[in-house]
Amino acid sequence: MKYNHRLLLKGNEAAVYGALLAGCDCYFGYPITPASEIAQAAALLFPKLHRTFIQAESEIGAINMIIGGVAAGHRCLTASSGLGISLKQEGVSYLAGYEMPAVILDITRGGPGLGNIGPEQADYFQLVKGGGHGSYKCLVFTPNSVQEMCDMTVDAFHMAEKYRMPAYVMADGVIGQMMESVELPEPATDVYDPEWKMGRIVDGKANYITSIYMEHDDLEAQNVKLQKKYREIEAKEQRCENYLTDDAELVIVAYGICSRIARGAVDQLRAEGLKVGLIRPQMVYPFPVDALQKIVKGGKAKAVMSLEMSAGQMIEDVKLAVECKLPVVLCNRMGGNVPGGDEVCAAAKKVLKELAK
Amino acid sequence: MSEKVKFGRSAVFFDPFERRPGPIKKNMHYCPGCGHGILHKLIAEAIEEYGIQGKTVIIAPVGCAVFAYYYFNVGSISVPHGRAPAVATGASRANPESFVISYQGDGDLAAIGFNEFIQAANRGEKISVFFVNNSNYGMTGGQMAPTTLPGQITTTSPYGRNPETDGFPTKVCEIVNALEAPVYIERVALTSTANILKAKKAVNKAIENLRDRKGFSLVEVLSPCPINLKMNADQVNDFIDEKMTKFFPLGCLRDRSAATPVGELPPAIIREPEEVKSLLLPGISENSNAADASKFAVFSKERRVKICGFGGQGVLSLGLNLANMGRLSKLNVSWMPSYGPEQRGGAASCAVIVNSGAISSPMVDRDCDLLIAMTQTGLDKFRHVLGGNGILVYDHSTMAKPEVGANQKVYGLDALAIANSVGNPKCANSAIIGALSVILRENGFSESEEKAFDAAYLDAITENFAAKPAVLKQNLEAFAAGKKAALA
Ligand SMILES: Cc1ncc(C[n+]2csc(CCOP(=O)(O)OP(=O)(O)O)c2C)c(N)n1
Ligand code: SF4
Ligand SMILES: [Mg+2]
Repeated sequence: MKYNHRLLLKGNEAAVYGALLAGCDCYFGYPITPASEIAQAAALLFPKLHRTFIQAESEIGAINMIIGGVAAGHRCLTASSGLGISLKQEGVSYLAGYEMPAVILDITRGGPGLGNIGPEQADYFQLVKGGGHGSYKCLVFTPNSVQEMCDMTVDAFHMAEKYRMPAYVMADGVIGQMMESVELPEPATDVYDPEWKMGRIVDGKANYITSIYMEHDDLEAQNVKLQKKYREIEAKEQRCENYLTDDAELVIVAYGICSRIARGAVDQLRAEGLKVGLIRPQMVYPFPVDALQKIVKGGKAKAVMSLEMSAGQMIEDVKLAVECKLPVVLCNRMGGNVPGGDEVCAAAKKVLKELAK
Repeated sequence: MSEKVKFGRSAVFFDPFERRPGPIKKNMHYCPGCGHGILHKLIAEAIEEYGIQGKTVIIAPVGCAVFAYYYFNVGSISVPHGRAPAVATGASRANPESFVISYQGDGDLAAIGFNEFIQAANRGEKISVFFVNNSNYGMTGGQMAPTTLPGQITTTSPYGRNPETDGFPTKVCEIVNALEAPVYIERVALTSTANILKAKKAVNKAIENLRDRKGFSLVEVLSPCPINLKMNADQVNDFIDEKMTKFFPLGCLRDRSAATPVGELPPAIIREPEEVKSLLLPGISENSNAADASKFAVFSKERRVKICGFGGQGVLSLGLNLANMGRLSKLNVSWMPSYGPEQRGGAASCAVIVNSGAISSPMVDRDCDLLIAMTQTGLDKFRHVLGGNGILVYDHSTMAKPEVGANQKVYGLDALAIANSVGNPKCANSAIIGALSVILRENGFSESEEKAFDAAYLDAITENFAAKPAVLKQNLEAFAAGKKAALA
């Protein structure tokens, strides 16, 4: 029998297909706009494959069910948005402490507080900078298409397992809600059975999992170990797409829906003869520092513009990456507003004009 | 008065307690006279007796029992404060063959984690909960717990618990007894030999239920914490027997174990790739007409459509139909709905973009090539997005003919009337698409593009209604009628 792998799906739905095809066994989640289609698709599809779907009592319940499912040796998925992610942070810190993999989808919305359901990107800090207590990091994928919602969910499972840590797929409300054609991958055939799983008998003793290290030296050693892992990830796993950056005088940095708008703007500006390029982080942890260093060293770039739907969160990483060697400006919208292509072009032109002075 | 009860070491316990850091490996970390140690022994013995050690998992709380994994040679995890029942839920659902125990204190279960607990109970998770009620927060130095008695002095109720401001002690078993799902609920105490023997029976029952996958069991254990209550062993036992049991009467509140059949394991997870695909993906139909992208020269440039109206008018599904036609023609398409409260207020809109190349933003906020307005409010809201050479299609049964710019085109259509004429008002979208075929032909489609468009429609609608031939037929009629109306 032949099957049609090319479906028209919402970003939110594509992530669920991606998870199932990656071999995810359990979905635990609490509904929230603009992520609810994830729970709905999971409720429909997981039982078809005799896999587990639970509508948890809260995001706190959901992330702790994840802890249980993952500890039991299964691939597990949860999803939420902004305020729900805030509630999950305690559990995510524990996952980091346990060194357990899990995949969390964050379909970002406007904040602070209840904010609104518009597509802000103001969860950057809480995902990229740790978010909960302790010195830990999470992998953060930033898809900009429905295809990438699927593919990066698959990748998130693999990388989370490789490094034994939580991975986020962070998409804004537009990427979650929009539909595009997706080419779905083949189902996973690997056998997932982590050696560290709870209850596995090793030398007559059942495995346990904890994040407590009562001795200060022990906890320091555990932290040193985690930091070493993070440095390795920063060296090996940076992911981005460069578009017309080689000769660009102005380089825009944008992820998610902003990166698509930015790409349209770059085309428009190029058509007018302006040398503008785009770096699109496909992951924001690790941040594509090397790509930014390259444009600094290349000597052509005169400024960098961080395009974001937040008050300016990613811009801090952009500044760290260029190490004050180039001016970094912010072009942003907030509150659920999505920047228009014209707006981005105008902002870029303004920067180029300043530089020409 | 208490007597000392001695136990041999269960095989479920490690010997020595190697996982305990520091030099002491023979003894538990609990204070002398603490109830946790006794309960641990009862649980270990029951696990051994019922032969479930290899598949048992203990979820350890935050509280004095956080180090349960020092002692039990079973799978274990120490989890966030109060969250053990949620972790237990995840563990037991992910691995239904395992036997999952949630071990919790009164602060952990009845304060910070009450929601996780009561929800797991209400779902009837097949787990057993051992709930240590020692009337205070042992680990953090004897603060007030939800179970602290009225007038009881603790480090955070230095004047005694005041029911006016702190409420009364939380009766967990009684609350759980109001739920349908739980199978077994009993409250015991660890004060005398007789009581400890009753506690042992209760622990055994909960472990038996676990082994037999009968459902949710709760054993509340009134347990001495001599250190924080600043009492000796006899005093603390008297306190439990005389004062605590007034609020927390001992006994079995519910036992439906006998009437509950042994639980069956759920069916195995489906992983076999062919089976996974057959359950997730549509089969490829043999008689596909699929027009391909190469037939649509017009889409070498991005084409942008906006559709607006009321929810229920099929605004979103019209967009979906167009996007599906694009997908089947192997073009790049995007469909972006308005989402959230906007829909609730009645207004609905969506944007569809079709392009043989990459689509940048899926939003249509300007340079729209085709605006389809089903309501005047929708038109008022979005007419500014229509490009200078754009086409406006409106519902002329409810709207006056709108004024348009010099290079813009306007077409009125009563799709509902056309749909009604074929006997199914739900076919209005097919009527509109039929009309679009003609309208687009008038505005740039070549003859072969019109054919490819019609073929894509046929594919899309066939895919949609493959299982409902009668509805499929009505849609095809509406499409033809839409074409005819537009030609007229
Ligand atoms: C989120 C969080 N808040 C507070 C604490 C501090 N804390 C540790 S144990 C505990 C109370 C435990 O009391 P109980 O559940 O009654 O267990 P016991 O020690 O009495 O057995 C508290 C408040 C914590 N670890 N985590
Ligand atoms: S503080 Fe209380 S509950 Fe904790 S170990 Fe000591 S006696 Fe037991
Ligand atoms: Mg307590």
